Amino acid sequence: MTISWDDLKEGLTPEPWDVGPLSRTDFVRYQGASGDFNPVHHDEVFATGAGYPSVFSVGMLQAGILSTYVTNWLGPENIRRFTVRFSEQVWPGDTLTCAGTVVKKYDDGGERKVDLELTCTRQTGGVAIEGAATFVIPT
Amino acid sequence: MADDGYEMVIERGKVREFASSVKSTHPAYLEDEAPVIPPTFLRASAFWAPRRAARPRPEGGGGGSGQRRPGLGLHAGQEYEFFGPPPRAGTKLRVTSRQEDSYTKEGRRGGTLTFTVTVQEFRDGDGNLVAIGRNTGVATSRPATQG
Repeated sequence: MTISWDDLKEGLTPEPWDVGPLSRTDFVRYQGASGDFNPVHHDEVFATGAGYPSVFSVGMLQAGILSTYVTNWLGPENIRRFTVRFSEQVWPGDTLTCAGTVVKKYDDGGERKVDLELTCTRQTGGVAIEGAATFVIPT
Repeated sequence: MADDGYEMVIERGKVREFASSVKSTHPAYLEDEAPVIPPTFLRASAFWAPRRAARPRPEGGGGGSGQRRPGLGLHAGQEYEFFGPPPRAGTKLRVTSRQEDSYTKEGRRGGTLTFTVTVQEFRDGDGNLVAIGRNTGVATSRPATQG
């Protein structure tokens, strides 16, 4: 299912995507896949000893989930830029909502592109990630 | 400062594992015989980098409670830029990294935050730049419950 260039308009918002509740197993699965073995994300003794209420998610897990949301929409081959800034941490049991908006539609040296603004929000309403992405839209 | 870098090989099974871990079921990642990488896949360069925690430590000391002191570094931001379709399984990349910037800010609850921006460049066998990663890390003076 491919969205057409004509359908893409500035201000367009794809259907948001809810993911969760996230578990410690989700954190561990991501840590194994990515090679980030910081124990603060899986070792409860370590995390509480460091002053945290529990383990918490790897920022790049929710960043990856946000990238899944946009690549599902505009295509894995078409992404050219993906950027995230981490705000609130994500905790076991959290459910995340990924959302986005087309903010710019343009021709870049013969390539048709769109820029998106993205958010990944916790069930509390707190923003975990503010992000952005650029995609090419093939002819 | 740039270094000579190291090799990273994109593998189909690793792409499938990584895509699954970020909750993707897209056939372009899971079914294609030479899938493109997910946008944040290049984090897994940790498995190829020398002197990284993802490398085996047969002598023990793999980290965790009782072995590793809590650090005060946090990941503040990450960017990936691709100069064409993301690289596909079967591609060998040469990875180099350099520090791009370092600056301090006053934290909202006191204390100084030190930000460091590190750039990774990923080149194919012909030396073409295929991707750039830009990591912003922040060192805090105490464990943060937000940000």
